[in-house]
Amino acid sequence: MNFETIIGLEVHVELKTKSKIFSPSVNEFGSDPNTNVNPIDLGYPGTLPVLNEEAVNFAMKAAMALNCEIATNTKFDRKNYFYPDNPKAYQISQFDQPIGENGWIEIEVNGKKKRIGITRLHLEEDAGKLTHGDDGYSYVDFNRQGTPLIEIVSEPDMRSPEEAYAYLEKLKNIIQYTGVSDVKMQEGSLRCDANISLRPIGQEKFGTKAELKNLNSFSYVQKGLEFEEKRQEKVLLSGGEILQETRRYDEKTKETLLMRVKEGSDDYRYFPEPDLVPLYIDDAWKERVRSEIPELPDARKQRYVAELGLSEYDAEVLTSTKQMSDFFEEAVGHGAEVKQASNWLMGEVSAYMNKHLKELNDLAITPEALAKMIQLIEDGTISSKIAKKVFAELVENGGEPEQIVKEKGLVQISDPAQLQEIVNKILDENEQSIIDFKAGKGKALGFLVGQIMKATKGQANPPMVNKILGEEINKR
Amino acid sequence: MAEITKEQVEHVAHLARLAVTEEEVEHLVDELSAIIEYAELLNELDTEGIEPTTHVLDLKNVMRKDEPKEWITQGDALRNAPDHKDGQFRVPSILE
Repeated sequence: MNFETIIGLEVHVELKTKSKIFSPSVNEFGSDPNTNVNPIDLGYPGTLPVLNEEAVNFAMKAAMALNCEIATNTKFDRKNYFYPDNPKAYQISQFDQPIGENGWIEIEVNGKKKRIGITRLHLEEDAGKLTHGDDGYSYVDFNRQGTPLIEIVSEPDMRSPEEAYAYLEKLKNIIQYTGVSDVKMQEGSLRCDANISLRPIGQEKFGTKAELKNLNSFSYVQKGLEFEEKRQEKVLLSGGEILQETRRYDEKTKETLLMRVKEGSDDYRYFPEPDLVPLYIDDAWKERVRSEIPELPDARKQRYVAELGLSEYDAEVLTSTKQMSDFFEEAVGHGAEVKQASNWLMGEVSAYMNKHLKELNDLAITPEALAKMIQLIEDGTISSKIAKKVFAELVENGGEPEQIVKEKGLVQISDPAQLQEIVNKILDENEQSIIDFKAGKGKALGFLVGQIMKATKGQANPPMVNKILGEEINKR
Repeated sequence: MAEITKEQVEHVAHLARLAVTEEEVEHLVDELSAIIEYAELLNELDTEGIEPTTHVLDLKNVMRKDEPKEWITQGDALRNAPDHKDGQFRVPSILE
């Protein structure tokens, strides 16, 4: 029997407001434990939450960027559960009136475009962080308690772990463009749970799903789903039954392991949050937020192809992170030739970032410096080869390209008289090569060019060297 | 007549992390059934076409500006904790 895989994802994204969603505590990652807390976060009796307007704006912005319909009447609800990460014994969340519904994003896998539906996007508060000691205790840091969080639930529209990966990349990219979150999985500002089930091909009814947790990177999401796909297939083929259970991905063994079997679903006893009044989002408020959404990756990509004449592929790579795309735009704004700017960013700049595991914003080179360096190539001051030396300096230490070229004596030799002299000197020193060339060995010419470049430390203008060498060798 | 079962009482007690004895459960079955039955008087009202009330106050959009404020210190936060270590609250292990 052949099976079809059904995957849906739940993604949590922390919003980077300055203060928390229901209290004025600082919203910041990496502070000393329990320093960004106050009596509201700690759930002290007598305290009351007050909603942070910016958290609502950010959630709306994200929902709009994901093509959601925005609720006009919405509210918060209590989700009741006992756990030490949650001092109130309930989480303030949204149950039946989420801020956003019926959205979608488009993904591309193996050249095929596909729309993935977004069921809902709702606003809630994050819980504290638990660490499990090996001394028989668990440790609680409430700095994260009350961080504004959006939960984005997809439709079960993905049919392979690869599609799930593409969805996450796209979702992250879009949210990053809106600027409402850092979306850093390693800092927990983006987290993902995955639901996966199998059904015989042709069957309409979904099979029983398993929920995967502890997926700490996009590639672990994909690997965990790939493992789970095979596990469920094996169980079903051997006549077994899939239980509705929560499993976690083990990074060491690359397996999913059973955490708990789920029983029932209505254990949270949601009810409207009595400490917060309802929210009414009128059209003016919606429009105000909509007007603040910057150009999103797909629109940028299309513009790069249509207006800047870049290839689909180049446009895709350049817009795959906001940092890269912004850097590119700024460089072009400073007069960089479009194709050159694109090539440098996708080539040398990306290679440097990958080699040193650095982000674009951490490099010493500025968009303006890249633009100036490209102009020096364009006007013939330096060759592309020499530009790599200038780039190496710029990327490590920053500075002005023109000054680097002057200080390091990297200006390209384009003076015909000077080049003629060098060419003849090399010809005098390599009589055998002239004989070889005349005997029809084309390779000899390459050798001579190499010698000329060596003699000029790579600064000779390559097209001119070729031309002058051709002329001079024929005179002999 | 609303009848709360023994299982429901045990379930709710578990969700609230309350330890109840066998006798208490039986007692609670009667009490909770009576309470629910009383509340069911409300079902006699015709609420057809009436929007559910989500809040008793006639207020909307009570919000604050996104301005952080220092309030208490780590020491203050931990002062009332039964147990803490290295700036963190310490609780019995929740992993088996």
